[in-house]
Amino acid sequence: MNNDIKNVLIVGVGGQGVLLASEVLSETVMLAGLDVKKSEVHGMSQRGGVVTSHVKFGTKVYSPIIPYGQADIIVSFEQAEALRSIEWLKKNGLIATSRTRLVPPIASSGKFFYPDDPIAELKTKVSRVIALDADKIALELGNSRLVNILLLGVISGELGFDITILNDAIKARVKPKFVDINLLAFAKGQELAKESKTVSA
Amino acid sequence: MKNFLSGNEAVARGALEAGIRLAAAYPGTPSTEILENIADKFPSIYSQWSPNEKVAFEVGIGASLGGARTLVTMKHVGLNVAADPFMTFAYTGVGGGFVIVSADDPEMHSSQNEQDNRFYAKFAQIPFLEPSDSQESKDFVKLACEISEQFDTPVMLRMTTRISHSKGIVQEGEPIEPSAAGFKRDMNKYVMILSNARKRHAVVAERLEKLQKYSEETELNFVEDNGSDIGIITGGIAYQYAKDNLPEADYLKIGFGFPLPINKIRKFVDTHKTTLIIEELEPYYEEQIKAAGINIEGKKYFSNLGELSPYKVALGLKEAGIIDKVAMAEFEPEQLFPRPPVLCPGCPHRAPFMALKKLKVPVTGDIGCYTLAVLPPLNIMDTCICMGASIGNAIGMEKVNPDENGTAAVIGDSTFLHSGITGLLDAVYNKSNITVVILDNRITAMTGGQHNPATGQTLMGEKTKEVNLIELCKALGVESVHEVDPYDYQATLDVLKAELKRPGPSVVITNKPCVLMPKRIMGKPYEVILDECNGCSACFRIGCPAISTSTELTKRNRPKAVIDPLLCTGCSVCAQICKPEAIVLVEESVVVGK
Repeated sequence: MNNDIKNVLIVGVGGQGVLLASEVLSETVMLAGLDVKKSEVHGMSQRGGVVTSHVKFGTKVYSPIIPYGQADIIVSFEQAEALRSIEWLKKNGLIATSRTRLVPPIASSGKFFYPDDPIAELKTKVSRVIALDADKIALELGNSRLVNILLLGVISGELGFDITILNDAIKARVKPKFVDINLLAFAKGQELAKESKTVSA
Repeated sequence: MKNFLSGNEAVARGALEAGIRLAAAYPGTPSTEILENIADKFPSIYSQWSPNEKVAFEVGIGASLGGARTLVTMKHVGLNVAADPFMTFAYTGVGGGFVIVSADDPEMHSSQNEQDNRFYAKFAQIPFLEPSDSQESKDFVKLACEISEQFDTPVMLRMTTRISHSKGIVQEGEPIEPSAAGFKRDMNKYVMILSNARKRHAVVAERLEKLQKYSEETELNFVEDNGSDIGIITGGIAYQYAKDNLPEADYLKIGFGFPLPINKIRKFVDTHKTTLIIEELEPYYEEQIKAAGINIEGKKYFSNLGELSPYKVALGLKEAGIIDKVAMAEFEPEQLFPRPPVLCPGCPHRAPFMALKKLKVPVTGDIGCYTLAVLPPLNIMDTCICMGASIGNAIGMEKVNPDENGTAAVIGDSTFLHSGITGLLDAVYNKSNITVVILDNRITAMTGGQHNPATGQTLMGEKTKEVNLIELCKALGVESVHEVDPYDYQATLDVLKAELKRPGPSVVITNKPCVLMPKRIMGKPYEVILDECNGCSACFRIGCPAISTSTELTKRNRPKAVIDPLLCTGCSVCAQICKPEAIVLVEESVVVGK
């Protein structure tokens, strides 16, 4: 395995904006002059299925897929999906998840159940979890679509890039009139990550 | 300039840099975005959706014979539809360079089988190129055009889902101005009557010898010498998975996959202590390598089922004794509820399936969003084979086993126009007693919303004639053709019941558009009055993502229903089947003060 490869897995449910988050992250890597690959499977995902986006970067990236147990960071847009994704997580990896709860129709059928508190379960297994009411915070900032960039802000300290590069990537990938509000969401994410560290310490 | 492109975006860019003049296709995952990108970004290339892959291929042949560089794209099973012109075009050879993209779907992320189309190239005796990343996806389009013209043969560019839908950094090159050299009449070459075809088959055999020599020499099949005594023969995405695991091994990477460079392979095997073949899906390389008397293993360690992955390749390498251990997951995977894809909130296909379920008739199915009706909780579809198959399936089923309640075939508008018309003609001709339900949502929805001959718009955004499905069915000889509003559950149920019982073929066409594409349709949402809900669960069984269980329980401890107002489109189907009338329009409940 190449030792300098960093793996970020982004998970959510179709329609949540998983793909924009991985686009901005990939743009950041390109601006930093490193190699990057990204993989996701389209098709059925549009119809309420699970969406996972693998982003791998480093000096030289071969396959676009993150092996089990190798994700440095998992970003989740939905709390049960965070729990589902842990087989990808590295031993000391970080999970940043929204507390968003999306219960599919099948969980109303009586055959399957949505866990009562996925984040509590997650915390019994994984030591580094940041959970936040991303939808609510995004809405307070002015737009529910900011969840992407907010969560990216939360993990930004772990990526190893200069914050100015991340800001440049946001400017490059977001429509001009939404740049300011996205930069605000990004800064808010950074702030929340710091707070959460203070709390856990 | 560098850009971050998916394999499909890279093929589109490659088309620009190769001077492609015409591109034609029928949408199919994972190939769809190639033509979408060409139409969006490179309008200097004429691009079109055809009604099916066979027509797209034939349009492409015409363009190539007209002297233009040509691209046709399709998913793997699309090439089955286009196999007829494909096999014979291999005989005639080309005018302008001709590239067929076959986008295979190992793992069947969005397909009904995972056939390995590398065999198609061998079957037709034409070369294929196989990229391993986005850069090669772009570069190989132009190379394929050049090989096509040099050897007078169509060339396949074989993609897979993982290549088509993964992104990587691509160094872009200069575009070539598309041109068309003009058609040169040559009846001996292009008119495949037997006397000409026999001569052309001999030409194909001669061409193959030249291609064999090319395969041995081309840098598309290159050796990566890292001084290792382990050699890996691989191509496509499998190359990347192998490199993830064994960056320091030696490689013979196959980019030009038919004919295989057997001498190069023999030499590579002879100069390594251990050589393995790592290829996704079938033992395509392996069969030919073993047939040449070279005894090395591949499928013994790497499954032919589904996609490979870095993990699966690691497992195979361990079994082969190349590596000692495989990195495993650190944390136990969670057994959670599944999230199967479902019909969207407000989908116009929902009520027709509820009606068919109630009527308890055999329902032959087809390819499209509506195939999702087979999944819980709707569970109503008895067959799904290939595009257009529902109608023929129903005809045969009814002939041998007539059902007194009728036999239904369900098909979408785009699928009907793709290959359902001939099936319906058969139903008329052979006096079949089936009812064909055309779920006309006026878009090719499953692949992400593409135009088709019923939508009134071309791929390049021009207005065009809309086919009239009712008149079309009548013209085929169907005497009983009905249109119904699929949001009116009772009307849908009534017309289906009557038509299914009617002797002779009949057609029922639903007439409401997709709620997502081309534009999002959102009406006023409905809500559940919890005091009125008796927890009967009827609304849970229609599989609407906007409806879920409330935390509030009935006296008998059954969960009541709740509707997410952000997801509900106001289609009203759940309200129509709610016996206690607990589901009402949001504003109405405000008026009555509940």
